[in-house]
Amino acid sequence: MPQSTKERARIVTIKGSTVEVRGLSSYRMGEITYVGEERLIGEIIEIERDFATVQVYEPLEGLKINDPVHLTGKSLSAELGPGLLSNIFDGIQRPLEQIKKATSSSFIQRGIHINALDRHKKWQFEPSKDLTKGNLVKGGDVLGFVQETETIKCNILVPPNTNGELLSIQDKGEFKITDPIAELEGSDKKKKELTLMHEWPVRVARPFLKKLPVSEPLVTGQRIIDMFFPITKGGTAAIPGGFGTGKTILQHQLSKWSNADVVVYIGCGERGNEMTEVLREFPKLVDPHTQNPLMDRTLLIANVSNMPVAAREASIYMGITMAEFYRDQGYSVLLTADSTSRWAEALREIAGQLEEMPVEEGYPAYLGARLANFYERAGQVVTLGAPYREGSINITAAVSPPGGDFSEPVTANTKRFVKTFWGLDSNLANRKHFPSINWLNSYSGYIKIIEEWALEANLEDWGRYRQEMFTILQKDDELQHIAELIGSKALPADEQLIILVAEIIKEGFLQQNAFDKIDSFCPIEKQMKMMKLMLLFYNRAEVLIKNGCPISLIISLKTVQILKRMKEDIQNDNIIKMNKIEDYIHTDMEELGSKYGYKV
Amino acid sequence: MARITVSGVSEIRGPIIIIEGVTGIRMGEYLEVNLPNKPSRKGRVLAIEEERVIILLYQGTYELEKDEIETEFFGRTMQLFVAEDMIGRVFNSQGEPLDGLPSIYSDEYRDINGSPINPTSRIYPRDYIETGISSIDSMNTLVRGQKLPIFTGAGLPNNQLIGQIVKQARIVGADSEDKFAIVFGAMGLTMDDYIYFQRLFEETGTLNKVVMYTNLASDSAAERLITPRVALTTAEYLAFDKGYHVLAILSDITNYCQALREISVALETVPSRKGFPGYMYSDLASIYERAGIIEDSQGSITLIANLTMPNDDITHPIPDLTGYITEGQIILDRSLHNRGIYPPIDVLGSLSRLMKDGIGEGYTRKDHPSLSNQLYASYAEGLDKRRLAEVIGKKELNRRDQILYEFADKFEDNFVNQGDVYRSNEDSLNLGWSLLSNLPETELTKVSEDLIREHIHNKGADSD
Repeated sequence: MPQSTKERARIVTIKGSTVEVRGLSSYRMGEITYVGEERLIGEIIEIERDFATVQVYEPLEGLKINDPVHLTGKSLSAELGPGLLSNIFDGIQRPLEQIKKATSSSFIQRGIHINALDRHKKWQFEPSKDLTKGNLVKGGDVLGFVQETETIKCNILVPPNTNGELLSIQDKGEFKITDPIAELEGSDKKKKELTLMHEWPVRVARPFLKKLPVSEPLVTGQRIIDMFFPITKGGTAAIPGGFGTGKTILQHQLSKWSNADVVVYIGCGERGNEMTEVLREFPKLVDPHTQNPLMDRTLLIANVSNMPVAAREASIYMGITMAEFYRDQGYSVLLTADSTSRWAEALREIAGQLEEMPVEEGYPAYLGARLANFYERAGQVVTLGAPYREGSINITAAVSPPGGDFSEPVTANTKRFVKTFWGLDSNLANRKHFPSINWLNSYSGYIKIIEEWALEANLEDWGRYRQEMFTILQKDDELQHIAELIGSKALPADEQLIILVAEIIKEGFLQQNAFDKIDSFCPIEKQMKMMKLMLLFYNRAEVLIKNGCPISLIISLKTVQILKRMKEDIQNDNIIKMNKIEDYIHTDMEELGSKYGYKV
Repeated sequence: MARITVSGVSEIRGPIIIIEGVTGIRMGEYLEVNLPNKPSRKGRVLAIEEERVIILLYQGTYELEKDEIETEFFGRTMQLFVAEDMIGRVFNSQGEPLDGLPSIYSDEYRDINGSPINPTSRIYPRDYIETGISSIDSMNTLVRGQKLPIFTGAGLPNNQLIGQIVKQARIVGADSEDKFAIVFGAMGLTMDDYIYFQRLFEETGTLNKVVMYTNLASDSAAERLITPRVALTTAEYLAFDKGYHVLAILSDITNYCQALREISVALETVPSRKGFPGYMYSDLASIYERAGIIEDSQGSITLIANLTMPNDDITHPIPDLTGYITEGQIILDRSLHNRGIYPPIDVLGSLSRLMKDGIGEGYTRKDHPSLSNQLYASYAEGLDKRRLAEVIGKKELNRRDQILYEFADKFEDNFVNQGDVYRSNEDSLNLGWSLLSNLPETELTKVSEDLIREHIHNKGADSD
């Protein structure tokens, strides 16, 4: 609905990151406006009589009263089409590489208008074989595809809420993103041209046919996640932790190694150098699942901490909309947001400028509703349109609680809506135990589902191993309290054994070195085998202890070191070597056993 | 752009004045308030509501007479004239000389608020800076282009530590032709501290390489808000336009944040934690994020900031928000200090986020990453045993626990407690190995057997 421009809107108030506008008889909530002579991008967030308040995505310096404001009639939208992957955007989807080229500056200037998708690049479009002129098509139907990157085939869809009779469709050929590739005639007899791209308002969830129950794990290669606190495809997880607890590195690890088809990484109000690190490192890394460069399946949003706060608020919606676009094509998408606390703070800052009534710690009352809205856009769905497709979105979001206090509003509200909670612990981080996920206060709401999946995937021991290891860690925690009072040497031998095995589990299994070539990604098969060996060690040693073998002899066994080090010593493609370790354990134990009158 | 002059004001409140009935004023505009027979005061437009202009005056409003003043709006934001001649000079927060020498005249000027660096233009920092301090070089390595605050408490020797860094820091293998400069932003410093830094620069012979911006404890709080911005604008010019490697030192961030709170309260903004404004994170980010290295430029900005933790509380909003923005932190510990250990760096609490890519083969030494991991781990365990011994007595510890207990002591006494002298990273790493040689080999799970063979010759000498 294009706005008539005969009415003239103008600025009447300028404050913080918002301006107040007057001069039109009507406004639409969420409408995109261009503010001032530099045409800074903004969005209408409040209407009062003939005033509208506009949240502006760029610094306001230099604006003055009576400067013109142009209303576009459009909502804040994402451009969706091939060319998003391996790209990096700011919070309102401006491509940062192109900004750099267009301005020849290392700094981000104001008032830059650059399309998210390259208008000149040509893509090889291949139409679907089963479509012909005269077919009735509807939103979500696949018109054809474009090989977007080596890894990802971008399905070209009829946009949601669009349907009609296919009047024409182009043959295989090269097209620019705005070239018409098909023409429809709607029931209202209006003709509509379809292109390789379309736009979608970011604050509206893209429609799907129906939600499915989640069913299979997102394999991350991170042992404590995959084995202890797993997440399913379509699941949600929060990663709360004070500074220095390794949130960002864990997010990087998930983005690198997860078996999602597409990764959307949102750097929301975080450090510039961290985004640079991703940009520098990801193109060099190989996706362990496809052997293609990781960048081929990754798209980045960087709205770093010193970029405008209003755009930080928008970045989360921009990211989830792009994630939904790939979900609708039938892909599993992992969205990692670092950090949702910065996004919540942006909400708070804008609410403060609007003089809204604050509730807890200055946050607006709708904080919980906004968070719910965001997390509910995750899930496993049947997409609209033919052919039948299933897609999913995972959300793993970092939360940065002030002072590491998990009772603060953002963490507490997030906990209401996520099913998996990986609580990072600064005590573990201080002793360089990474990932610093605390195994006592973290949880996963997907255990039952993964258990069912494990049975089918021939990992029937998973649930049992997990439970046994958990029991050891739990007992260890209790024993540590006692040992702190009386010293561990005063404990009976069987309890000292638990402390020893817990130590093996903590060092050899839960700790994982993100910077070690081998240990950074641990295949499921190796994870299972590691658990098996550690439990085998425990079970055999337990029998020895019962037969009077002194604990000191078990502590000084060479296998203890081998178990702690197998994560880095055993190549991921040579897991068969772990059978040797199994032999060592048996030999060691039998040797001790024969000494203490215990036979196998 | 045309200047606009207005007579009189309608409201005066704290550092804020409000002028009504004026049009054509720009957001963020720089202005000067002229007073009869007094020096003019400088300010900035904070908000405009139709014909009401809300202004922050940097030198406050004391003795302003409502109808007597005349405000001149400059039609542009506050700018700083920049030139290489600034090196070796002392200025106030406005960029006016305090050293009796003439003002800087230059045809180049910069907006003091700067612009965010495009993340695609940044170069990831990797060049390690040797500070000659074991706890930093070996355990929390500093790299060029990093922003690293020192979290300190009242009465701890943080200034001495900065002094030592200024004295000793060097880039290994750096070109001696490299241009080097220090930009110092004093924010609410006491005269004593200020004199300390002046002396430091004199004694280290760096005075002719320093640009000093001075806002003392007795100066205006509003002005304190522009001190770091002016300092970093200068740093950006020297680094990115003139190719200098700039060490920017800001002291003290806590004073800055207090000023931020003071002004935000005067503006009636909704407070968040402890009365600090909700935008403090973004505001601090707009300072810290100006450090770094960018493409097509020879220079770099490394930022070290003093931050006094109120009441030694690291969860206080100032250190907390800072920790979320900076690339790590060096924490000074009161109990180490009380035991006479210098520098009293809390090795476990401190962190350098950029360390992982600045050390190891081709950067420092091949054994550095795993050695530092082992030292962390063993020291952490040793501290656990110390806590245990506090309860049950040292004699009750078993043999293994005693060895770890003693390791923690030795680590603090020898490794951390190096005094105000230079120790090369090479020596620090070797010292680390010799401390580790006191531990039984079964404790060394973070270092490979090859490294153990290579570095521990007299293994087992101390254990039975």
